[in-house]
Amino acid sequence: MSAATSPAKPATKATKVSTAKPAQAGRASAPAPGRATAAEAPAASGSRNVLSFLSTHPVVRKLLLLAIAAAVLVPLAHARWGSGSWPGALTVGLDEPLGKVSDWIIDNRDSHWVFLYFFGHISNAIVTSVHAVYVVLLALGWAGVTAAATLLAWRVAGVKVAATTLASLAVCGLLDMWVPTMRTLALMAVAVAASVVIGALLGLAAGLSDRMFRGLRPVLDTMQALPAFAYLLPIVLIFGIGVAPAVLATVVYAAPPMARLTALGLRGTDKGVLEAVTSLGATGRQRLLTARLPLARRELLLGVNQTIMMALSMAVIASVIGADGLGDRVYQALSTVDVGSALAAGIPIVLLAIVLDRTTAAAGERMGTETRGKGGQRWALVAVATAAVAVITRAMGALSWPDGWTVAIAAPVNDAKDWMVDHLYSGIPGIGGTADWAAHYTGWVLDPLRDGLLGLPWWGALVIVAALAWLIGTWRTALTAVLAMGAIGVLGRWESSMDTLSQVLAAVAVTLVLGFAIAVGAARSRRTERLLRPVLDVFQTMPQFVYLIPVVALFGVGRAPAAAAAIVYALPAVVRITSQGLRQVNPGAMESARSLGATSGQQLRHVQFPLARPELLLAVNQAVVLVLSVVIIGGLVGGGALGYEVVFGLAQGDLATGLMAGVAIACLGLMLDRVTQPTKARAGKGA
Amino acid sequence: MARKRVITIGAALAGSLGLLAATGCGAADMTKQASPYANAAGAKTVTLSVQSWVGARANTAVAQYLLEHELGYRVDTVQVDEVPAWDALSQGRVDAIMEDWGHPEQEQRYVKDKKTIAPGGDLGVTGHIGWFVPKYFADAHPDVLDWKNLNKYASQLRTGESGGKGQLLDGSPSYVTNDKALVKNLNLDYQVVFAGSEAAQITQIKQFAKKKQPFLTYWYEPQWLFNEVPMVEVKLPKYTDACAEKGTADPDTVDCAYPTSSLKKFFNAEFTEKGGKAARFLKNFTWSKKDQNEVSQMIAEEKLPAEEAAKRWVQRHPDVWKAWLP
Repeated sequence: MSAATSPAKPATKATKVSTAKPAQAGRASAPAPGRATAAEAPAASGSRNVLSFLSTHPVVRKLLLLAIAAAVLVPLAHARWGSGSWPGALTVGLDEPLGKVSDWIIDNRDSHWVFLYFFGHISNAIVTSVHAVYVVLLALGWAGVTAAATLLAWRVAGVKVAATTLASLAVCGLLDMWVPTMRTLALMAVAVAASVVIGALLGLAAGLSDRMFRGLRPVLDTMQALPAFAYLLPIVLIFGIGVAPAVLATVVYAAPPMARLTALGLRGTDKGVLEAVTSLGATGRQRLLTARLPLARRELLLGVNQTIMMALSMAVIASVIGADGLGDRVYQALSTVDVGSALAAGIPIVLLAIVLDRTTAAAGERMGTETRGKGGQRWALVAVATAAVAVITRAMGALSWPDGWTVAIAAPVNDAKDWMVDHLYSGIPGIGGTADWAAHYTGWVLDPLRDGLLGLPWWGALVIVAALAWLIGTWRTALTAVLAMGAIGVLGRWESSMDTLSQVLAAVAVTLVLGFAIAVGAARSRRTERLLRPVLDVFQTMPQFVYLIPVVALFGVGRAPAAAAAIVYALPAVVRITSQGLRQVNPGAMESARSLGATSGQQLRHVQFPLARPELLLAVNQAVVLVLSVVIIGGLVGGGALGYEVVFGLAQGDLATGLMAGVAIACLGLMLDRVTQPTKARAGKGA
Repeated sequence: MARKRVITIGAALAGSLGLLAATGCGAADMTKQASPYANAAGAKTVTLSVQSWVGARANTAVAQYLLEHELGYRVDTVQVDEVPAWDALSQGRVDAIMEDWGHPEQEQRYVKDKKTIAPGGDLGVTGHIGWFVPKYFADAHPDVLDWKNLNKYASQLRTGESGGKGQLLDGSPSYVTNDKALVKNLNLDYQVVFAGSEAAQITQIKQFAKKKQPFLTYWYEPQWLFNEVPMVEVKLPKYTDACAEKGTADPDTVDCAYPTSSLKKFFNAEFTEKGGKAARFLKNFTWSKKDQNEVSQMIAEEKLPAEEAAKRWVQRHPDVWKAWLP
């Protein structure tokens, strides 16, 4: 860790140099010499011992090596395939084979053994399980479910969380969303259980075997980077529409964090403890069961927590392929442009997420601090109380949520939205309306950026990506990033990917500016942070579909609303990570800066930001990943590019278009991740 | 070594457990899976697919209301895009599509070749796709209503997304559209901008209308939005069968208007045979564009729940639906 952090500081400066450099080189007719001088320039100006500087300074060395490689390869590539956008000679058309695959599936779906004896049983098992959970929830009735959830939360996480749970479930009922909430809960229960089991098994394998660990990582990366829309289509082809494919799509998305955290927990076991256990003569299995798993339980629980959150975020997307419940209500409300109803269905999703998050997080913190003896009794009390409530409500014949106890929020919300749109869309004196902002953002930021990226010769883009990734990581990182970019070109998605990339970069820039500003405020004052927390919670868990339409009403159809939605979604993570990083800065360093008379701005620039660098970089990385995921959904509001292609593929049952665009998005995500995630290689080694 | 064995044993155990739990034995027919939420009490259930536009929702809402209140069925609805809906229909996941705008490829595959889907007759509503401009714009510039004059107005129809050209607003990716080919083949100075969903398109149209801004959009009839934002169709080169045939062979060559088609219903083949009263009722279901718009308007503009809108229409027009009952 310490060896790796020392060269990290100059890397930021060098990164800036490198972005400018290959771009210039790309325009120049003879790129090679231009690049070499640019790389040498900072070295020559500063030091007499140029040679020794070159040999000791890893950043310069990397750049120089890359420049040499580029000098050799670029003229060759240029001569062979020309410049400009990705050459047609280097693309592979997969449309026909994929079309054949999809035809084969449709023709054999009802007769082939793979479907009858394998997929069919998976599908059946899922449907049966969801049905079983749903029947139990129905049998408990609304009072029984509420009592069970509240008591469970109280038992696991304390009084405060129990109160939140009680209030949240009441709100679900009041919004007239009880039945959809129960359906979503049943589906979630099965999806989360399956994700946890599958994730834990994968994580177990990866935790115990290095080869599995290395092999699994790219698989997990892909599972998370592939947009859900892209794999909905193959799943629909095989499993049809309905609950079973919805659960499967959710599992694909939600299992990776469990696998990752399980592996992390197992690999992080204290070596001393392991040796001690071994010296006592424990077998491998005993070691696993008595030492490694118990020691990793915090990571395991965090994995469960993450899995639940990911699964819930799929609730709406899965409804596109016929998952019932809250997601379906949001989706249906959207098609009639009914923001109020969408919100009424979105709020229970947010509340479920908050309750489940708080409960599992509190369980993680409390773990191991309790005495064992009393536990059994208390659990028994929970069960008895729940059963009693359920029986009483059943006897009273009040199993379903009482009809009169509802509050209709749709109409007032729609009125409020209309008022807001009327007053913000145009004609705010001085600063213009949202429509003007959208036009400026599109015309002044998005268009030039897109034109620039499209104008970049393809090999130029590869060199830039290689430089960025190498400077920030290892040569492996660079190779992965370049290969991912190459794959995009090979799949024939170069131009739409550059379009999407320009949207991502522009939105990330805005997110970071806003996020850092808010985070500085939050880090300065506890009060601001406390006020901010519920707001961040809501924006992080509210399904994006709910605010897509208001965003269109404000910004018009196009790339601007997609960007706005992406910023709303990515901002909370950036604010959280950054303010936490700023807060954790060593108080001693802050104190000494203050005693030297530094102003608060100076403290921020010279102490807090440099010391919080790892967190800031993580925030950048998260912003990139989250923005990408929403820019894709932006295809639904005119974002175009890859997002539209994915939606188009799903809507038209066009496997080739949808899947190829999906893979391109995954590659783009992989590339962006590698270019912005410097700590990964180190973390991997350290864990 | 011991470690490896743990992995193998673990994997084997998990695998066999999973299989045991999942299989039982024998074949599992995926076409025979009900929704896990369906009522177990032996209720007669019909599943209808709903497409994303409000007209389709209106059909389904009225069919659902009558099936539930007049015939005693339980009705589930599923919102899916059109092509996946055909897929679901052939698999028996849904029993009926109430409004189809023409999917020749799917019809060939499922109706003619595989015979898993049966035609369900006409809905009674005629559908038409075209290019529309708002009435306030057409009134001020009557010659915009001929495609030959469209280039004159391109500069007025420019937006941030149309890149210097005029904007032709298109809708959801699931809709039937030749607009890209039309713009190219008719040499129009326009850029097709895909709104990505009908919701986004409607929102944008309303926003334009509020500011009395000119716009050109792909749109279709019957549609409730006409009552709120009156629009006039722009005349495209006349639709001919020859042009349609050319278009089927190569979609990039289309250079004429969209056809006017009577909207059709499609049923799962088995449902047609064994669906009893429900199948006969759905087959008899035909109504007019006016009826459909009445329900659509209540759902989309007055924001009534679909069920409430259907109920009101049913109360007002017993003469229409009484004829559908088997």
